[in-house]
Amino acid sequence: MNDVAKISKPSSPGPGRTRYTPGVIPYAKMGYWDPDYVPNDTDVLAVFRITPQDGVDPIEAAAAVAGESSTATWTVVWTDRLTACDAYRGKAYRVDRVPGSQDQYFAWVAYDLALFEPGSIANLTASIIGNVFGFKPVKALRLEDMRFPVAYVKTFQGPATGIVVERERLDKFGRPLLGATVKPKLGLSGKNYGRVVFEALKGGLDFVKDDENINSQPFMHWRDRFLYTMEAVNSASAHTGEVKGHYLNVTGATMEDMYERANFAHELGSCIVMIDLVIGYTAIQSMAKWARANDMILHLHRAGHSTYTRQKQHGVSFRVIAKWMRLAGVDHIHAGTVVGKLEGDPAVVAGIYDSLREAGNPADLTRGLFFEQDWAGLRKVMPVASGGIHAGQMHQLVTYLGEDVVLQFGGGTIGHPMGIQAGAVANRVALEAMILARNEGRDIWNEGPQILAAAARYCQPLRAALDTWKDVTFNYTSTDTVDFVATATAS
Amino acid sequence: MRITQGTFSFLPDLTDEQIRAQIEYALGKGWALGVEHTDDPHPRNTYWEMWGTPMFDLHDAAGVMQEVQLCRRAHPERYIRLNAFDSTRGFETVRLSFIVQRPAEEARYRLVRTEAAGRNIRYTLERA
Repeated sequence: MNDVAKISKPSSPGPGRTRYTPGVIPYAKMGYWDPDYVPNDTDVLAVFRITPQDGVDPIEAAAAVAGESSTATWTVVWTDRLTACDAYRGKAYRVDRVPGSQDQYFAWVAYDLALFEPGSIANLTASIIGNVFGFKPVKALRLEDMRFPVAYVKTFQGPATGIVVERERLDKFGRPLLGATVKPKLGLSGKNYGRVVFEALKGGLDFVKDDENINSQPFMHWRDRFLYTMEAVNSASAHTGEVKGHYLNVTGATMEDMYERANFAHELGSCIVMIDLVIGYTAIQSMAKWARANDMILHLHRAGHSTYTRQKQHGVSFRVIAKWMRLAGVDHIHAGTVVGKLEGDPAVVAGIYDSLREAGNPADLTRGLFFEQDWAGLRKVMPVASGGIHAGQMHQLVTYLGEDVVLQFGGGTIGHPMGIQAGAVANRVALEAMILARNEGRDIWNEGPQILAAAARYCQPLRAALDTWKDVTFNYTSTDTVDFVATATAS
Repeated sequence: MRITQGTFSFLPDLTDEQIRAQIEYALGKGWALGVEHTDDPHPRNTYWEMWGTPMFDLHDAAGVMQEVQLCRRAHPERYIRLNAFDSTRGFETVRLSFIVQRPAEEARYRLVRTEAAGRNIRYTLERA
């Protein structure tokens, strides 16, 4: 296929008069289905999981999705003929039945690069997940994965700081970072809140975190929190000789509020601020730009995502959200723990972590990655594992999640029977002991419990943590899993 | 006070045998070891003194240990750390960094608070 010829082909009237007779014709016949299409290197690609309505042909459904996410409307319009309409049409080029399913199909769609405004997640998503998700001929629709061409990736700033520079600023190498979210989530005064931050950081954590819904409530206005928290951060740093941080959540009702809060955090010398996913893609990109300009690490809490990422039939896969957020420019993103209290199939989580941390990803259906993705030098996002994890799982966490990750033990620090500092010590000792053993070549997956027990002999807080939480697990079946056939079958 | 910088500061000080195992790990990854020392481990003192340049061409743990020993002998009262540099594209940074010697009496830092407008405070860490 000669790509250049394909691009420069003049807008043909297509099938001509027949095609543009006023009325309704199938999307597949309007040019949104092209099984011979070979995607260009510069195309944006998407895979949708489609559940067509009973009686709707899957190819027609795929063409409709391609059409409704690009140029189509429900009827023929002659004004198409004023444009290079062939080029602007999204093209469904492949439809496969989802393995193990009777009524679901993976539809592969290619979009010309010219359909998208450079560097705008809002514009990208207004097309790809715009009207199309409410389209009646499909019962349900899920965006499974996307591939962004290098030419498009290069129009985004990407992570304000990135993993490499974050570690250099923090002077922390060779191990996961440790964090905790202040609990209780709601009700603490600024002064009491800062106490929790101080104890956890002095004990040995690298970061403490505001929770997603800590903004500026009657019990604690944001300025109080920022002032007491920064006292705690700096005091802990003086006690330990280490760089410490607290994710100050600057989420607010308006951009003006968020800039005001972020600027105050900057003035107080914080190294990191935080936002929630619910502020929206444009606000996230604005804050990423602000963070780059202010030497600030930008933490993103994925508040709200499970409303549309968790169910397999309908919504947007979190791996797609993760890719959008890498383009948008956050430095941290909550991306699953596998072993904790929140949804996270190991293979799905591995695919998400790969998308955030690698310079490029090969296609890997076992991890839900449908496409090869070149990140074109875009910085890497640090995944954050948070929710129902504790020191006794350290060998599992390090095995599943690797080294470039923030492990957040909220309850696992603050709920320690000997106090918050002891909780932090337990987590840090467990982590360092596990990394030391892994580097020495030990099989931590199998020997993990012995490695922790050995460390607990000289670390009483770790012993207490292991005794308290030793049997706590959250073994539930995952909702969001990967559907693929291990061996390729002849089609 | 114990300065808790480096990958393994919460563990008991590493024995030479343990240090050697970490060097083997780093060399196995293709990383270059470098020895650095300082008497001022302020958390934002990025540039410790280099004990020579990173040993890009030394692939032998015994040789690295020897440099650690020489540095210890020359600077018995300083902090010494081993850094492992990864030149792989996309990293090009330190991948492992841990303290291999501490002075008998550790450095201490105190927090200097300069009161500013309103409730604001400017913080500085100063050697105590």
